[in-house]
Amino acid sequence: MNTSTSLVYLIALPLAGAAALLLGGRRTDKWGHLLATALSASSFAVGLYQLSAMLGRSTEQRAVTQKLFSWIAVGNFNIDAALLLDQLSICFVLLITGVGTLIHIYSISYMEHDENRRRFFAYLNLFIAAMLLLVLGNSYLNLYVGWEGVGLASYLLIGFWNQKPAYATASKKAFIMNRVGDMGLSFAIMIAFATLGTTTFAGIAEVAPQASKAALTAIGIMLLVAATGKSAQFPLQAWLGDAMAGPTPVSALIHAATMVTAGVYLIVRSHFIFDLAPTAQLLVVIVGAITLLLGALIGTAKDDIKKALAASTMSQIGYMVLGAGLGPAGYAFAIMHLLTHGFFKASMFLGAGSVMHGMNDEVNMRKFGNLRKFMPITFVTFALGYLAIIGVPPFAGFYSKDAIIETAFNAGGVKGVILGSVALLGAAITAFYMSRVMILTFTSKARWDDDAHPHESPALMWIPIAILAVGSVASGFLFTRGHALVNWLTPVVGEHTGEHEELLAPIVVSGLALLAVVIGVAIAVIKYQLAEVENVAPENVSGLTRFVRKDLGQDALNEALFMRPGIVLTEVAEQLDVKVIDGAVCGVANMAIGSGSTLRRTQTGFARSYAAFILIGAVALIAGIWVVTQ
Amino acid sequence: MNPNNYLYVASLLFTIGAVGVVVRRNAIVVFMCVELMLNAANLAFVTFSRINGNLDGQVTAFFTMVVAACEVVVGLAIIVTIYRSRRSASVDDASLLKR
Repeated sequence: MNTSTSLVYLIALPLAGAAALLLGGRRTDKWGHLLATALSASSFAVGLYQLSAMLGRSTEQRAVTQKLFSWIAVGNFNIDAALLLDQLSICFVLLITGVGTLIHIYSISYMEHDENRRRFFAYLNLFIAAMLLLVLGNSYLNLYVGWEGVGLASYLLIGFWNQKPAYATASKKAFIMNRVGDMGLSFAIMIAFATLGTTTFAGIAEVAPQASKAALTAIGIMLLVAATGKSAQFPLQAWLGDAMAGPTPVSALIHAATMVTAGVYLIVRSHFIFDLAPTAQLLVVIVGAITLLLGALIGTAKDDIKKALAASTMSQIGYMVLGAGLGPAGYAFAIMHLLTHGFFKASMFLGAGSVMHGMNDEVNMRKFGNLRKFMPITFVTFALGYLAIIGVPPFAGFYSKDAIIETAFNAGGVKGVILGSVALLGAAITAFYMSRVMILTFTSKARWDDDAHPHESPALMWIPIAILAVGSVASGFLFTRGHALVNWLTPVVGEHTGEHEELLAPIVVSGLALLAVVIGVAIAVIKYQLAEVENVAPENVSGLTRFVRKDLGQDALNEALFMRPGIVLTEVAEQLDVKVIDGAVCGVANMAIGSGSTLRRTQTGFARSYAAFILIGAVALIAGIWVVTQ
Repeated sequence: MNPNNYLYVASLLFTIGAVGVVVRRNAIVVFMCVELMLNAANLAFVTFSRINGNLDGQVTAFFTMVVAACEVVVGLAIIVTIYRSRRSASVDDASLLKR
């Protein structure tokens, strides 16, 4: 395999930016954001250079590695800190640095009036560095460092405005739920090391075919747990909605385009394990299918524009996980949907930020309406993202989502029919709730607050959105032209060798998907465009609506299952500590104090009483000796 | 004469001395009682020396006398000093160490 010496710069540049801005403090306030943006852009430039170098090599020679240093060396247990750039990671590198740089530029304007803008950019750079380490690590252990790093950056950024207690709580919620997933990843690494003796991707891929099925299944399930935590999949999905407490650029970058897709990356990267562990693979599919419906349903009831988009993210990642669980046939499509989703979701989130910018930070869609007249650029770019996500040809989402639905139908047997139907149903609901967002925000009658003065955002904000919108129009077409992305990824994820038993012809699947979209859009138009919409959510709704509004009871479930027993456990532990452990310690101390204060009385200061004690002691001693020797 | 009788006298003297030390307040009397105990011990040493037929006990008795003489010198000096400063020779008055 080729080696390269410039991979480290991908990570080192943004990391240096984060260090400079955090250590430099207020001195860097004036130019910190420019430095951070420049470093992110230069990391993107290194990525482009690596891509061109990669394209210049033959298919077998494309992957490059760089050993940074020997990390852990104990006897024959050796782990290097090493980077691996192959066809899969370059996709991510360009997505992270490309979208990341655009979002840096957007944030310069969006965060202009925030006095902590420098700190914000430091965290953004930290995130970029950690995320790059995640996708560039050549072993699970290196990946884990990045995995924790993005978790930290996400925590810091969700709680960026932690002067509001609710936001601070949201960041803690995200962090704690992520920890559950992280535990899965660390278990997976431990099992892999114990049973396979290595943690590098190449090493595991080599020994996996000889490994026991049970071990591989265990590793696969643990990796899935990790993926559900990071990617907000069922059952660890509840944190994503609250994560919208962070500034909107953060939601766009971390909680839509990059970090939350790390779970999909993990599954695709671990294809050599999942391919050999059908049980784990089936679980991946189930998790994906449940989440894509769950997220879509939650999306239908959200009035907060960012939370609606977050629910949509959850649902779209459900599609990706579903695709990744379908084996070699689906890996490339999962990655394709991930990339196109990165474009259109980031563009829509930034669009939402632009709307909020013009509407006094209002997020309630019921107080928007008719903004298309006042924010034409935001409207057009948002509409392009909207058409992409609901899957209208020839926008990006059509190609990528259609491919996943089609692969799901072709999974074979009953499984294929169920998965395909779920994916189709998801597509219909997606069309409904995204149209709802679109109509409530841009086209229906204005329901603004009195002090709202909507206006278009400055160029520094709309130019990045426009670039992303172009991506959400063109990327799908480019990726599928001549199976470009599928062929590109085949050396990494393996070829789909199985028989092509097509349940439904591709054209039929596309037709069904389009029909689903039309139905979804039509319902939304009837309900929200043609009917009057109130500017407060109606109260007299069915129990089902109320249930969906409460996120399908996900928080109530977590509260009942984990939080309350956890509190009880803490209380018991506290009582145990206070009563038993402290009791023993204090008891010993009190005994010493008590006996001391009793014995103190004998210290009278009278020489005669001391003499009496000496006498009594001597007599007792002699008597004792006499008794013993007799 | 049965040497045991000397031992009875010695233990009687020791007991009188010990009781005197514990019950009397006057430092001079206490001091005399201490001397009484020392002499009781000396008597016992000499008697045991006689019983065992060697000189070890007698030698020890001489040592005791020398030490006792030194002790008397020092002890009386202390008692006189205390009397001068406090106008009292009661051992119970000299209980300041407690505080």
